[in-house]
Amino acid sequence: MTAPSLATALPHRRPTFSFGRWLERPDVFSWLMVAPPILFLVALVGYPFFYGIWLSLMDRPVASEGTFVGFANYIADFHNPVFWQVVTNTFVYTLVATLLKMVGGLGLALVMNQDFKFKNLIRALLLLPFIVPTVLSTIAWQWILDPAFSVINWTLVHSGLIDPPGPSWLGNPHLAMISLIVVNTWRGLPFYAITLLAGLQTISPELYEAATIDGAGTWGRFRYVTLPLMKPVIFIVTMFSVIFTFADFQLIYVLTHGGPANATQVFATYAFDIAMGGGQLGQGAAIALTMVPPLALLILAMAIYLRPSKT
Amino acid sequence: MTVENRGFPTRFLKLWLPLGVSLIFALFPFYWMAVTSLKSNQELYSRKVMPLVVHNPTLKHYVDLISDTGFLLWTWNTFVVAVVSTAISLLFGAMLAYPLARIRFAGAALVSFAIAATYLVPQPLLFVPLADIINSLDLGDTLTSVILTYPTLLVPFCAWLLLGYFRTVPSELEDAARIDGASRLQTLIKIVLPLCGPGFISAGIFAFTLAQNEFLYALIFLTKTEVRTVPVGAIAELVKGDVFYWGQLMAAALLGSIPVAIIYSFFVEHYVAGLTAGSVKG
Repeated sequence: MTAPSLATALPHRRPTFSFGRWLERPDVFSWLMVAPPILFLVALVGYPFFYGIWLSLMDRPVASEGTFVGFANYIADFHNPVFWQVVTNTFVYTLVATLLKMVGGLGLALVMNQDFKFKNLIRALLLLPFIVPTVLSTIAWQWILDPAFSVINWTLVHSGLIDPPGPSWLGNPHLAMISLIVVNTWRGLPFYAITLLAGLQTISPELYEAATIDGAGTWGRFRYVTLPLMKPVIFIVTMFSVIFTFADFQLIYVLTHGGPANATQVFATYAFDIAMGGGQLGQGAAIALTMVPPLALLILAMAIYLRPSKT
Repeated sequence: MTVENRGFPTRFLKLWLPLGVSLIFALFPFYWMAVTSLKSNQELYSRKVMPLVVHNPTLKHYVDLISDTGFLLWTWNTFVVAVVSTAISLLFGAMLAYPLARIRFAGAALVSFAIAATYLVPQPLLFVPLADIINSLDLGDTLTSVILTYPTLLVPFCAWLLLGYFRTVPSELEDAARIDGASRLQTLIKIVLPLCGPGFISAGIFAFTLAQNEFLYALIFLTKTEVRTVPVGAIAELVKGDVFYWGQLMAAALLGSIPVAIIYSFFVEHYVAGLTAGSVKG
């Protein structure tokens, strides 16, 4: 490799330099590779993020020049009762849905970690809610929960459990929140189940045998073998799920639009209403950015947690 | 698991009952989509007939959906957008992942931090500034607007997943190629990439389903029928004011889900590998 490049380089004044070899240097090659995608991400994620912070400090109606107002948008949020309702709703939605998905997902993973026929087919079918575009499946749920033609109500009424017409699932503030949480769980649970199942399959059967010999029952094996070994997987899956449940938009937008009377309004839908519906880009950006501190805490926790287990 | 074979009742309680309940919960909405889409409006909005099955099936909603709305166009748009943004994401993802997996270079930590950070930025954080940027670039109502923005959601994931696959290629293979005089780029293209096919399929399937699923950017950037994707088209044009065209909506939901479900069914194993790669390896 060195011989031919020396020969061709002879006539030049700096005989040891070769463009081809310069390209092979680890730093040069690596940065030539990563530069285009990094620039792309800086332009479409990094720049919008900081531009969003700038927007949040402006009074900026859509299609007009903005004026700098400092923290006025954030202060307005602080004094706005709807904003505090949004904070409460987002936390309730995130915490309850995450808990249901975590417990239900772990349960389903344990059930599926047995030997049975058609395992692959059943796993594929159970994952469907997670695959199908959320908006489309949410439309189906909206029809299932329809005030006049809900199939749930029909079933309950005809089995004599309730009197017609039955509850208005999306019209009652509390029921609307419960409905959203159920639909979110419906969509997210398979993700938990399948990833946790993959985690379960990495646990060596010998550990269970050893625990059984030591006198551990079903609960003991779960408590002292499964749970400790699954902790890292559960943690990571939950972190991801929390971030994306906290910032959920489409499910709520389709099912309730944040209603009735803001009872299910969360950060993302509220920011959308203010920025896109009301045309107040600055205010909308400020509401969206209020998600950052709680999310940053989560990500920080995740980073700290992941560091020591680096392989 | 190995010891327990205490006969039918236990196995039923511990396996088939929870599985059955989960399956019904998971699949009922799809059944309901299919049943609703096949009913005539008369049957759909009657309180007298039993709603759980179809009494007089009709394809009217499908015919109306395809002839009266832009559904086929939306499907095509969704497909184009998903394919192009997946291709961009795989390319960029590989460009990020290979040096990180194989080469010690100055700034590697910064690059992995950037990838992790973009992975964790949820869309609702960026849509307000992005809407303003897309408008000022005059890209509103073009497919370019979403083709440009979707990879921001997909690249970090693709990079992360491919990183794992690149690491599985034995470095001796690369060393041998380099000793034989291959450049780094030749080694990547001729030695490493062919061995990472499954990684590209996993990442590609995952990116493709995510791109099909995207709603927020499409809702904001695409406001004309000609450029809409299926989710936005269905929400924006099959709901007129307070009037929901349920039959057509369910037909659209089912037809929009089928391509994703078919592609997914061919590659379930790869999809599951992609889904679990990040969390289990971590």
